[in-house]
Amino acid sequence: MTRLPKAGLLLLVAVLVLSWGSVFVAAQELIKVGIVNLPPEESGYRQANVEDMTAVFSRENGYDAKQTNTADNSEQISAARGYIRDGVDYLLISAANATGWDDVLQSAKRAGVRVILFDRAIDTDPSNYEAALLSDMHYEGQLATDWILNNVPEPRNVILIRGQLGSAAEIGRSAPLLKAAEEGKLTIVADGTGGDTWSLEEARKVVEAAIAAGKDFNVIYAQNDGMAQGAVQALEAAGISHGKDGKVKIIGFDFNRFALRNVQAGYWDADVQCNPRQASQIDQWIKSGNIPKGIIYQEELILDTDTITDEHIEKYGINADPGKGVITR
Amino acid sequence: MLKPKTRFSNLSNLFLPLSVLAILIIINLIKGADYFRITVVNGAFYGNIPNILFGASELVILSVGMTLVTAASRGQDISIGESGAISSAIFVQYVLRSGNVTLWTILVGFLISCVAGIVIGAFNGTLVSFFNVQPMVATLILFLGGRSIAFIIDGKVSPILANEISNRIGTVIPGVPIQTPIILTAVFIVLVAMVLKATNLRLYVEAVGINPSAARLNGINPKRVIFLTFLIMGVCSAIAGFIAVNKAGRHDSVNLLKFIMMDAILAVALGGNSLGGGRFGITGSILGAYTIEMLNRTLLRLEVNPEAIKVFKAVFIIVLMIVASPVVRAFVTQALDKAKSIIAGSPLRQTGGTADATGRKGE
Repeated sequence: MTRLPKAGLLLLVAVLVLSWGSVFVAAQELIKVGIVNLPPEESGYRQANVEDMTAVFSRENGYDAKQTNTADNSEQISAARGYIRDGVDYLLISAANATGWDDVLQSAKRAGVRVILFDRAIDTDPSNYEAALLSDMHYEGQLATDWILNNVPEPRNVILIRGQLGSAAEIGRSAPLLKAAEEGKLTIVADGTGGDTWSLEEARKVVEAAIAAGKDFNVIYAQNDGMAQGAVQALEAAGISHGKDGKVKIIGFDFNRFALRNVQAGYWDADVQCNPRQASQIDQWIKSGNIPKGIIYQEELILDTDTITDEHIEKYGINADPGKGVITR
Repeated sequence: MLKPKTRFSNLSNLFLPLSVLAILIIINLIKGADYFRITVVNGAFYGNIPNILFGASELVILSVGMTLVTAASRGQDISIGESGAISSAIFVQYVLRSGNVTLWTILVGFLISCVAGIVIGAFNGTLVSFFNVQPMVATLILFLGGRSIAFIIDGKVSPILANEISNRIGTVIPGVPIQTPIILTAVFIVLVAMVLKATNLRLYVEAVGINPSAARLNGINPKRVIFLTFLIMGVCSAIAGFIAVNKAGRHDSVNLLKFIMMDAILAVALGGNSLGGGRFGITGSILGAYTIEMLNRTLLRLEVNPEAIKVFKAVFIIVLMIVASPVVRAFVTQALDKAKSIIAGSPLRQTGGTADATGRKGE
């Protein structure tokens, strides 16, 4: 009877030592990461992005990560400085402003902190960071433009609804369409903008003005899902058919789940991805110790009524899912 | 039943918004004579005018509240868009959690959102009336933080409001030829008119806005009146948020009613009201709101380059305000009188010199 407790004690000690050891090892192996990002309430995209960062750079995955979320560039810079002082191994940055980062990036380099930019590029010498994992807005625009050229028979009369003028997304997503128009492959019959807020209401007004002016059009190229929704509202009110079997083809951007459901239902025609989930790629780079140099673009998709599946919506969509078959008008 | 004198003074208050509206209509008619054409689409009226009435509904409601706040507190509430975003977020959550959506659900949700609007109004109103914080500073708090609150209420996503009743509130009810937001706005305007007619609200608000100390000496509590206008503003924001979210079909806490306070303040000013408080005209503000909507659409109709559209809007507003300003009005009246006297004088006296003399005499 006395042997058993003794053996038990021995076992306990062994377990304790082992677990202590593993805790010790784990503490040593945690990779220290500082993440400087924009606030989640900025957009559905950012919410998915922040959520993804939190999920991937977790303790369970071997990271000791700290996040700062602010839309103020100078606050972002001082947060980055703080992380460098804390001695992080990696600094991940999605900058509010593309400029003003030279000093802090150089001091990171001096301190031996490896910098990876995600989602947003910074205007600085490429030697100041390791890699930048970005969405190629121009590629997204090309996907949508090619879709029009391949799926809409001539004449292709397009209403272009731009996002915030001068933003990277607006410039990139407009360029391929404008080029195709220049080459005579399609005609832009109305060129409007949803303004700085990528506003649904403004987009609706752009389409209403085109209808009032008696313009003939069969494609709406809206540079985000909310504006595509506003455009479709204008068509609905005017009794103009759209979607899979309709006259006007609707293209949106960003992969909001409501937009994907609308595509699935044939209420819209196509949607282009803007992938907010860069974390797993960066995680892979860090773990493999194999970080590429310079700007890397993410692979992105275009889905239309024929190619879309529930799995796509579940896996790649952002924001709330209205549920299968539910149309968001 | 109005006395001629009051009617005349009412009209002269409305001179600014009406003349601006007239200028815009003329520009639109020059661009195309079919501007007022109305057709019937799917059983509802469709055309430029219904589009303007539909598009401006939230702005009209907010500019009514803004007029009262401006008149009493001598300042502006810049958190109206955020206030609408929060109260409509609560409305959406109530509707989504109640399962089967009936008209009753929507009505209760709407009333709850109005209560939320009143709470927000009470918060702003307390800061302004009891703590004497300037209105723009007091409402800056919610302007900055309000969307984050709405975002959290939304559960960090943009919830979808895909039920049939919401869709009908945002578009048309089958069998009714007018879009629902236009009807709701009309009902709202009638209610406000009735309240102003039946109560002493106008008198109290104007008295406080003109001179709070004098108002107090006459037994009106300025703090209470200012507080009350913020409560009304809160209800207006909730109604505007309700209409906006039903129009959009989903609650986008980031963009719903964003920066609408700019247009609401502009509507108050275009309506011929002083932004420094005091006497006010609701009719002017309502006309001002519709004018702004018409202006936005006029710029689109003229196919102004998207890069330049904001500059054009700013220039348009400045030019319209100057053209319709009392200074120019006085000048024009004078010039017209002069011209009249010249025309009247010239047949009698043959030579130019005497006509000049008549003109001078006219001065």
